[in-house]
Amino acid sequence: MPLELYLDLHSQPCRSVFLFAKINKIPFEFKSVDLSAGEQYGAEFGKVSIIRKVPVLKDGDFILTESTAILQYLAANHHTPDHWYPADLQKRARVDEFLSWQHSNIRTHGSKVFWFRGVIPAITGAPVPKEKMDAAVEDLNVSLKTFEDKFLQSRPFIIGEKISLADLVAIVEMMQPVGTGLDVFQDRPALNAWRDRVKKEIGVEVFDEAHEVIMNVDTLPQTFENKGLPEFLKLKIQKMFN
Amino acid sequence: MSLEIYLDLFSQPCRSVYIFTKKNNIQFDHKKITLFDGYQYGEEYGKINLLRKLPAIKDGDFCLAESIAIMMYLAEKFHTPDHWYPADLQKRARVNEYLSWQHTAIRTHGSRILWFKLLIPKAMGVEVPKEKLDNAVESFDGSLKLFEEKFLQGKPFIVGDQISLADLVAIVEIMQPVGAGMDVFENRPKLKAWKDRVREEIGAELFDEAHQTILSLQEEVKTMDPKKMEPLRSKILKYFLS
Repeated sequence: MPLELYLDLHSQPCRSVFLFAKINKIPFEFKSVDLSAGEQYGAEFGKVSIIRKVPVLKDGDFILTESTAILQYLAANHHTPDHWYPADLQKRARVDEFLSWQHSNIRTHGSKVFWFRGVIPAITGAPVPKEKMDAAVEDLNVSLKTFEDKFLQSRPFIIGEKISLADLVAIVEMMQPVGTGLDVFQDRPALNAWRDRVKKEIGVEVFDEAHEVIMNVDTLPQTFENKGLPEFLKLKIQKMFN
Repeated sequence: MSLEIYLDLFSQPCRSVYIFTKKNNIQFDHKKITLFDGYQYGEEYGKINLLRKLPAIKDGDFCLAESIAIMMYLAEKFHTPDHWYPADLQKRARVNEYLSWQHTAIRTHGSRILWFKLLIPKAMGVEVPKEKLDNAVESFDGSLKLFEEKFLQGKPFIVGDQISLADLVAIVEIMQPVGAGMDVFENRPKLKAWKDRVREEIGAELFDEAHQTILSLQEEVKTMDPKKMEPLRSKILKYFLS
C-alpha cells in the first residue's frame, strides 16, 4: 500500500512535507483536502484525523499528524541524506531548536499576516483594522529579525554548510505572507540570499510547484464565493483572530 | 566542563527540563533565574540565549534553547532509558507529534489562563476583559478534550505503557492554570488518573518540588509589589491584551 499524504498546498506545513517527499523521491499518493471548502471538518476526513488539520501521513495503518513529526519520521524511515536531520548531536539539536521555536513565532505571525491580508477580507468583505494589521506585521518583523540574528547569522543555512529540515520549514512559513503581496525578502538582502540558496537546494521547479497556489491567493475571494464557505467556519475564523 | 541549566520553575518548559534531569540523575549547575525581574533581557543572558527565554543550557561552549530540543539532546547524550524518547520509529513519531501539537494548543491556552485569571489582574492591577478569559478557558477545554480523545485515549500514557517526554511536557503545561486556582482535573476522571500515574512515575516528591512555585503563586501574588513587574509590563500587556 502506498504512502498517503493528506495535503492542501495553501498550508505551510503541507508544503514542507510535499517538498521533502518530492526532493527525496519518496513515492506517495497526494490526497487533496480542500481547506477553503471546509473539507477537514467532514466525516471522511474525521476518520483520518480528529484534530482536523493537514498535513496527515497514512502509512498502512499508521496515521501521523504534525508536519515536523512527519518530516522526522520520513527522514528516518526512508534513510534520507544525513544533512536533513543530522545524526550529530549538536547539529540535530540546532534543527530541533528551530523547529520548536518557529511554532509560536514565524509560523504564528506569518500565518496571521496571511489571514489578515488575504483571507479575512475575502470572508468578511472588509479590511482588518489598521491597528491590528500593523501589530501583526510588526510581530512578523521581530520574528524575521530574530531569525537572521540568532538562527541564520552569517551561515549559508541554519545549521551551517548544508540545508536541513529547519531551512525547509522556515522557507515555507516565510512564503505565506509573500502570497498576499508582502515580500518579506525585499529590503532584507541576507534573508533574500538565503532564500535563493534554499530554493536552489530544493530545486526551483518543485519549489515553484509547491508554492503555486499560495502565490495566487488573490483568487481566494472568488474561491470562497464559489464554494460557499460554511457558516460555522466563518465564525471559527473570526473568533481565531479576536 | 560542566552543564549549566538556566531555570525559573514558574515556567512550564523549565519544569519539564528540571524534572527530566533530576529524574535521570543528570548532574548540572542550576542557574536560578527570576523571570519577573527581567534578567532574561540583560546583556549577560543575551550571551546564553538571544531568544531571551527560559530554559536554556550551556554545555561547555554549546548553548541551546527550547525545552524540547534540550530534552532530546540530554536524552541522547546521557543515554537515558529508551521510554523517554523511544528509538522505535513509530513510538518516537507519537512523541514528536504530541510535542509539536502542544505548542499552540495546551501550552498557549493554559498560559493565557494563568495570566488572564491571576497575574494581570492581581499582580499587575490591570483589568482583563471577561471575554478574553472565557475564550482562553473554552480553547483550553477544547485542547484537553483532544488530549483525551486523540493523544491519550485508553492508554496509561501517551505512547502506551510507559511514560515519555510527551507526558512530561503535557503535565507541566496542564499544571500552569492550576496555579491560577483553576481545578483542571475536577470532572475529568480520566485526566486525573493519568496525572496521578505521571506523578507517580516521576516521583511524587520531585513532582511536588518542581511545582511548588506555581502552586504557591496565588498566595505570593497577595503580597507581591506591583512595581516588581514594571520592566515587563508593557511587553506583557502588548502580548496578552492587544
